[in-house]
Amino acid sequence: MPEHTFRVNGEQVTVDVDGDVRLLWVLRDILGVTGPKYGCGINVCKACTSHINGKAVNPCAIPVADLQPTDEVTTIEGLPATVGKDLHPMQQAWLDHDVAQCGYCQPGQIMAAVALVRRAAAEGRAITDADLDGLRNICRCGTYFRIREAIKAGAENM
Amino acid sequence: MTGPNGGGLDEAIGRRRFLGYVVAAPTLVAAAELGLTPAPDVRLPSPELTELLDLNDMMTAAALPTSGLITVEVNRDGTVSFALPRAEVGQGITTSTAMLIAEEMTVPLERVRVTLADARPELVFNQLTGGSNTTIATYTPIRVAAAIARLRLLAAAATELGSAVTDLTMRAGVITDRSGGGIDIGALAEKAASMRTQQVSVELMPRENFTVIGRPHNRIDALDAVTGRKKFAMDLDIPGAKPTMVCRPPTVNGKVGSVANLAEVRAMPGVTDVVTISTGVAVRAETFGQCIDAVRALRVSWKPGTAEGKSDESVLRELEAAELPLGPRPPTPTVEGRFTFYFRSNSALEPNCAIADVRADRAEIWSALKSPIVAKQAIAAKVGLPLGKVTVHVTEGGGSFGRKLFFDAALEAAEVSQRIGKPVKLMWHRADDSRQGRTHPMSTSRVRVAYLGDTVLSYKQRHTSVSTDLGHGLGEIITAMAARLPVGDIGFSQTFFHLSQAMSYDFGGGSRLLNETGKGFNTGSMRNVYSPDVTCARELIIDQLATRMGKDPYRFRHDFLRDDRSRAVLAKVAEVGGWGRPMPAGTAQGIAFHAEYKAVSAALVEIDCRSETVNRPVRDGVTGPRVTRAVFAVDVGLAVNPRGLEAQMMGCIMDGIALALTSSLHLRDGYFLEASWDNYFYTRQWNTPPELQIIVMPSTSEKPGGAGELGVAASMAAVACAYGRATGTMPTSFPINHGTLSFTPKPTIPPIPPSPTDGLKHAR
Ligand code: FES
Ligand code: FES
Repeated sequence: MPEHTFRVNGEQVTVDVDGDVRLLWVLRDILGVTGPKYGCGINVCKACTSHINGKAVNPCAIPVADLQPTDEVTTIEGLPATVGKDLHPMQQAWLDHDVAQCGYCQPGQIMAAVALVRRAAAEGRAITDADLDGLRNICRCGTYFRIREAIKAGAENM
Repeated sequence: MTGPNGGGLDEAIGRRRFLGYVVAAPTLVAAAELGLTPAPDVRLPSPELTELLDLNDMMTAAALPTSGLITVEVNRDGTVSFALPRAEVGQGITTSTAMLIAEEMTVPLERVRVTLADARPELVFNQLTGGSNTTIATYTPIRVAAAIARLRLLAAAATELGSAVTDLTMRAGVITDRSGGGIDIGALAEKAASMRTQQVSVELMPRENFTVIGRPHNRIDALDAVTGRKKFAMDLDIPGAKPTMVCRPPTVNGKVGSVANLAEVRAMPGVTDVVTISTGVAVRAETFGQCIDAVRALRVSWKPGTAEGKSDESVLRELEAAELPLGPRPPTPTVEGRFTFYFRSNSALEPNCAIADVRADRAEIWSALKSPIVAKQAIAAKVGLPLGKVTVHVTEGGGSFGRKLFFDAALEAAEVSQRIGKPVKLMWHRADDSRQGRTHPMSTSRVRVAYLGDTVLSYKQRHTSVSTDLGHGLGEIITAMAARLPVGDIGFSQTFFHLSQAMSYDFGGGSRLLNETGKGFNTGSMRNVYSPDVTCARELIIDQLATRMGKDPYRFRHDFLRDDRSRAVLAKVAEVGGWGRPMPAGTAQGIAFHAEYKAVSAALVEIDCRSETVNRPVRDGVTGPRVTRAVFAVDVGLAVNPRGLEAQMMGCIMDGIALALTSSLHLRDGYFLEASWDNYFYTRQWNTPPELQIIVMPSTSEKPGGAGELGVAASMAAVACAYGRATGTMPTSFPINHGTLSFTPKPTIPPIPPSPTDGLKHAR
């Protein structure tokens, strides 16, 4: 079986699996990294949102063969280390606003929020209501309003 | 509700004294019976049954003769453990439970560890999470157990420190005497233990001394949730439990005829097993990705399902035929309306899933289950094992909304595991969850109100619904209790309906009746069950009635509500929301009220129905009218955790918006068209009100009411009323966009879509 090498949360990993298996299952079923959640498998719900090289992606839609050895996959578990702290400012904002209900969507929400703030910062601007409206992540518990508040607060500290 | 507050117990042992136990154990274990609350006082039949006894009293009372003990344990490390016999699915009950224990024991919240109890059949009716009943039923027993633990700790500390108990203070988990000598409760865990089980009577902390209960607290599982450490069923690492999915039929509940390529699929990469089961063809593989591929590769010929050929239109005709008559029209003026509510999905974001390890002599199950005892019984029967050989672990759930009252995935996982003789980690695909999962049944509601001058003479409502499956234990409770209720010989759906539908307005005589028809669908009680539809119909008619009587919709409601508590929440939203403020054409306010679970609630929303808003471009989504502001007031009696209560109301508002405007299932040719979150339009960020205010009213009671579902009904109704006022036309069919199919339905064969491969292209 083909081997695939890439980086996950700062460590190099090699997996032995068919190249078309999507990254989500490589993370969850083979590597035991369960922060990214399954909610649809078709890049719609965004529960699996993680980062590759700092940008938001949905691993349920990425064949593992697409990854290069230098590609850095960051899941919610690895987010704090990207800022060298125990918690990323966005996670702290989530705690401050007591956002999570069941929590199932929240790893994906936080990863999407961080990428959104980085995107806006790269464009030299602050988060707008339109940006927030554009987030596609489902939260079936309906925490949307607190998510909006937390993103605005988290952005201040990023 | 008229159940005497602590009647029997109060008389016997004085105010606020309750009986509990110290249980024989190596470290301190204090216990109480879950059914501590005295039986409600069931009186003569009355037109307003909910005033005598509501659903929650019934659920609480049902537990009385049979309840087991719940225990608070003090550990050597100074933590306090409690296994909650309920399911945490996001509603925050582990946090509120920890708060009750922290309060009575005066230990820091961080020291309290609340886990979810395995299925405990000895609890019989007392391990069902539903009807927003958890806090109502557990409020007193948990505090009693915690108070007994505190007493024992103080007694042990007195011996250790050589002080009188009255000279001791307990704070932050440390007991201190007058000289300043202190001892941590962890050091007392063994010394306070008992060699034999004995009954103890205890006084509870008086309300005025509360420092934890009633103050806002963040969730105790928040850190785990935001770091990805929170474990759901599919995150558990159970040895040998490999990913498993089921190839499901193209129509609702279709059955497998034959499979043409079993051997070929068994040979696919990663696949370990393929086997036909009662609900389809199960595939077990090394990864879920390989399960998806295998399910898609199966060539199955299917037999018809249980809703063959049915569609929205045919079900609507069945409902019309089953409608109970409103009787002859009275000679006075009337206002009438007929409303249709289409099928809706109660899918949580975590799909149906369970882990099962069934062996010849035992079985072990892990799943988020709100009725674990019934699940355990059903699984034992299915796999042919004695009840005692089946262990059912309740895992944290990724949402429920009624879905997890059932155990469809757990039963299925047990079947597959038994058939192949291996542990399985079984998950439904999103498409399965949407198409074959349980639904909130389609219904109609007819309302007729007769009035004369300023008086409402009668209010009649006939709610007709596809049958709601309550066969998850709540049904058993209701059946068992129905004989004791003054409602005559009616089924448990009707009983449930009567118990949950209060008439809060002074509307004279009348009747509200439920009739159910048409089995064949996988239904269940979705968050707030009948209330959103029933309330939405009622509140829309009230707006019409107010107009006819020449009254303002808010004033009208205020005038006709029966009690101060109800009027107070309504007045609160009117005040905070600025009821009646001038608004541009195409936008409007709406206001609505709902009472249930011993609580009252009111919503005021503002909606924007102007075309530039309705037609905002959003890819693969429904934009539609936007609720631009929501103001919600809630009085649950005693709010244990106001921050948690606000969170629940926020979620309920999002549900109400979806139910009124965007979310429904379309039934066609015996199957539901929706197979994705981009087909089923639950509220998204672009539908979320940018302004939201939730007001938790000052406590009006010594006892908490239910909250998990309460806010849906008033929210949905307020959005519908606002829409009617903004457009000048009362909506009669829900959600309002149901008539427009806003997506291209996915194929039914294969039953699940392929995963895309272009994810990297969309990195952003
Ligand atoms: S599971 Fe990846 S987007 Fe839904
Ligand atoms: S918190 Fe439950 S789905 Fe978002």
